[in-house]
Amino acid sequence: MIAEYCALALTLSGTAFLLLAGIGILRLPDLFSRASATTKAATLGVGCLLAATAIHFGDLQVTTRALAIVAFLLLTAPVSAHMLARAAYRQGVPLFPGTKDELAEADDQA
Amino acid sequence: MLVLNMLLALAWAAVTGELSVQSLGAGFVVGYFVLWLVTRSLGESRYFAKAWRILLFALHFSWELLVAALRVAVDVVTPRHLIKPAILAIPVETSSAAETTTLANAITLTPGTLAIDISEDGKTMYVHAMYAKDVDSARRAIQQGLGKRVHEVFA
Amino acid sequence: MNLPSLMFSLILPALVLAVALAFVRLARGPSLPDRVIALDVLASFAIAILAAYSVATGQVAFLDVGLVLGLVSFLGTIAFARYIERSTR
Repeated sequence: MIAEYCALALTLSGTAFLLLAGIGILRLPDLFSRASATTKAATLGVGCLLAATAIHFGDLQVTTRALAIVAFLLLTAPVSAHMLARAAYRQGVPLFPGTKDELAEADDQA
Repeated sequence: MLVLNMLLALAWAAVTGELSVQSLGAGFVVGYFVLWLVTRSLGESRYFAKAWRILLFALHFSWELLVAALRVAVDVVTPRHLIKPAILAIPVETSSAAETTTLANAITLTPGTLAIDISEDGKTMYVHAMYAKDVDSARRAIQQGLGKRVHEVFA
Repeated sequence: MNLPSLMFSLILPALVLAVALAFVRLARGPSLPDRVIALDVLASFAIAILAAYSVATGQVAFLDVGLVLGLVSFLGTIAFARYIERSTR
């Protein structure tokens, strides 16, 4: 009974995070904000949904799979976000107006 | 030590005759205490303090993740953009490449911050932060928060 | 209210809406990295949909598909990032 409510709460919050990620990727003004906010919100949402799935089925087979997916996402999401952001920065994708850029300052000095 | 603990968890599941998440989890916790009791009489081991620190780090990190996610969420649904981004140069005092990687991943995984690059000597990390109205306090927040926690886990 | 029927009535439509929003970003760009990030997020959404669908139908096998999708999309994103970084030099 309690497990059911846990699964329900996790499902709803996970879906909320995913929807916010969808809205965020459309509405946030520059690439770096989108990358830092939405990929993480999506990861969090997927994690919540998979946790709910594991609780709902409640057997070892499903739980290990859900854990494997979540662990893998937690490992890869930051790596891909970081690589994309660095590539975009090197390519000169514009920053949000007014962004203080200490990396460019360091590059200038070098 | 971790392997021993896992073996104890498996043994617990085997003895209770039920291979499920609950029995494995319970076996792990019981095995942890058994190992703690046994090794206490034999001498010190770093495993226990480390396990606690990792658990604390995971809890702290989950909390940070939730707070940051909610802050971004509020910004996304309200009509005006509150963001004031900056790319911060953050000095990192890491002792190994694994620690630097963990720190960069933890920073990137938190909504609103994103590790972009690291200097050649590996001493300065460049982090894009979405909410950095005050550059120095944002820098300090990352250093004191995640930076310190990650350092504790690896120390 | 049980979870499988809730999936069909509320969760899956919400996820489809999220996918549609990410698709708008994918179409709009403006730059190539923007589109790649949209693709990356789309893959996450797809995994979420697979998880929700496996609960809704009781089919555990969908989770395996999600696992593979996670692996493949990571490789794809990394390949794109390498390509973008190479093309700027």
